Amino acid sequence: MNPALQGLMTIIIGVGGCVAYFYFSNQFLDKVLLPAKGANAGRNINRANLIRPWLFLFPAIVALGLYLAYPVVATLWYSVTDRNQGGAFVGFANYQRMMAEPKFWEALRNNMLWLIIVPAASTAFGLLAAQLTDRIKWGAFAKSLIFMPMAISFVGASVIFKLIYDTRPVDQNQIGALNALWLQFDGGIGSFLILRLLPGALMIFAAALALFMAYTNAQAIRDKGFSANAALRAVLIAILGYVVYATLGLAYGAFTNVHPYGEPQTWMTIPGWNSFLLMVVLIWIQTGFAMVILSAALRGIPEETIEAAIVDGANPFQVFFKIKMPQIAGTIVVVWTTITLVVLKVFDIVFAMTNGQWETQVLANYMFDKLFRASDWGVGSASAMVIMLLVSPILVWNVYNARKEMR
Amino acid sequence: MAELKLTGVAKTYGGTVDVLKDINLDIKTGELIVFVGPSGCGKSTLLRMIAGLEKITGGELQIDGQVVNDVPPAQRGIAMVFQSYALYPHMTVRENMSFALKLAKKSKADIETAVARAAKILQLEDYLDRLPKALSGGQRQRVAIGRSIVRDPKVYLFDEPLSNLDAALRVATRIEIAQLKESMPESTMIYVTHDQVEAMTLATRIVVLANKGIAQVGTPLELYERPENEFVAQFIGSPAMNLLAGEIVGTGPVTKVKLHGGGIVTSAAPTRDSDMGLQVNVGIRPEDMIATDGEDYAFEGKVNITEALGEVTLLYFDKLGDNAAVIGKLPGIHTGLRGTSVRMAASPDKVQVFVNGQSLYYR
Repeated sequence: MNPALQGLMTIIIGVGGCVAYFYFSNQFLDKVLLPAKGANAGRNINRANLIRPWLFLFPAIVALGLYLAYPVVATLWYSVTDRNQGGAFVGFANYQRMMAEPKFWEALRNNMLWLIIVPAASTAFGLLAAQLTDRIKWGAFAKSLIFMPMAISFVGASVIFKLIYDTRPVDQNQIGALNALWLQFDGGIGSFLILRLLPGALMIFAAALALFMAYTNAQAIRDKGFSANAALRAVLIAILGYVVYATLGLAYGAFTNVHPYGEPQTWMTIPGWNSFLLMVVLIWIQTGFAMVILSAALRGIPEETIEAAIVDGANPFQVFFKIKMPQIAGTIVVVWTTITLVVLKVFDIVFAMTNGQWETQVLANYMFDKLFRASDWGVGSASAMVIMLLVSPILVWNVYNARKEMR
Repeated sequence: MAELKLTGVAKTYGGTVDVLKDINLDIKTGELIVFVGPSGCGKSTLLRMIAGLEKITGGELQIDGQVVNDVPPAQRGIAMVFQSYALYPHMTVRENMSFALKLAKKSKADIETAVARAAKILQLEDYLDRLPKALSGGQRQRVAIGRSIVRDPKVYLFDEPLSNLDAALRVATRIEIAQLKESMPESTMIYVTHDQVEAMTLATRIVVLANKGIAQVGTPLELYERPENEFVAQFIGSPAMNLLAGEIVGTGPVTKVKLHGGGIVTSAAPTRDSDMGLQVNVGIRPEDMIATDGEDYAFEGKVNITEALGEVTLLYFDKLGDNAAVIGKLPGIHTGLRGTSVRMAASPDKVQVFVNGQSLYYR
């Protein structure tokens, strides 16, 4: 049979089966098992109504149990057994082996970098785009352009960016946009402005911003006293402190690094840079998502509160940061955590572009490596458990915030 | 504290759609001016133009002698209370009230004093650390007013501030606003409403807006007793003033008008001899009508429906000739009038005469 016909058949059987299940099981409940007539009609109706939700949930519960709950338990079990010993229980040996591998730590470190940079950048760009496109005539057009990458699969986006990052020998035309751009720089004043001053200034600005955020959080702790919230803030301050240190280091590098002008670069093989270039792909995709959600949230802000702020003397920046941002804070958190979840599971982009070489490894690709290439189910499952451990608290927080938003 | 002067102020959208044109208005220090008018007459737009939230597309707006057409809202010395309160939902009452002062970089002590003073005036002292969502409608409205007071503005602008409150609270808050005005006799206030009772009770002067312009400016009683035109006559008062077509049959210091299908009414409006025979509309308020048995009556009509409200009884008369149906309002309870013919009269100084829509009192 033609594969297209097969697909159609599958759809018909699948959807038809679902409809048939709900219809006939409902009929069975009402007509045969607990008929709404005879001496016990009232009691039967009540009982049927108690059973009905479970009847309808049954397929979903089975599917989720089979494809979600069972694999979690099985993976947990695999992570403490050894295949080479016929699946014997080995305790934490797999975890110990994993911890001893530098590649695991590299993946964890890269994941943390992804975790900080991608959600922050996507949310920030999304918010910026949402705000800037809010009141202009061609805003809807700009928004659909920015949103379009969401329709592209991660692998497709990776292919596009692989072309952008492509390298050709120096005597040929560069087909990669980044190298074509790179070769325009010759070490003159323009190169200084764009390659040293701009990134340096940006990094210093980022450091200042992080410092300011840390300072306001420290003030909040001082003002409001110690509590669970204060502990969270303390953790945040520690992270921000690291961000300050890192960004200042990068700023120093921006001014002092020696650039190989005139030579095409194989971007994917430059440790340090390549991870960021991979992150760009995900930021490019996720900005559209952040923009759409935040744009809707911005629209939901009562116009009169903004006018009141203008009458109160707020300038456009103050209106944005003191009136608009706080009113959509809940949505920002939801967007941020949602993107964080995507980032923690990031696999396709790394797999398609570098496959974890040149220090770009991430946890999900590491797990894939171990499970399916090295056929080491122990370490592979152990890394899967690490990913799950990292994702779960953020997921819980995300659901909690999303529900709070809906109320 | 402040005078406002509007000279030929106009508002046009997109260069073609006129919303307001040629608004001329002098507002003196300490006045409470109320803008009223039918929906869509531009009263809120005019207020927002004074606030600086809408651009003035023609004419000139002066505050204290200074042209402020292009001055941003915050520097006009105005404060505005919005219909929906427009409280900042993420800030406590205290933060809401101190926001403007913080932006103006006032010292902490100054802010504390100003907020404490406003909270005392508005009895909000116990709620300073609450978020707006934990307040009742009336309290939110008071916070919105407090947010204006702390800034000590030259001009207060109110945009239908009571329309989101329920009836009982509206009366209470209306009285509070009246008291607030009394406690700040120097402050100038502009108040937009569609509620006549608010306009009549609060205003020093009322500005009636209609047809893209000002229909009349005057004290509430001037508007009630001597409307300049038919629009104001029918807009102020409830039920609306009856308009009866007729013809001038006697001129002089008092005017006699023969109503179509009715008797002759005397109005205190003076006329010239040349006005004899002029087609006019006579305006009589339902509450100014007197039932009479005498021969000197304005009209005799068959009572179609009566509505006894206790304090007054409304009489709905059958159509009188080519006039619209007439409504009379008699004090006290009158039963058994339905279906009978009643003669109605009115004292001359309560009778308005309109020629081409304009009152003869203003000629």
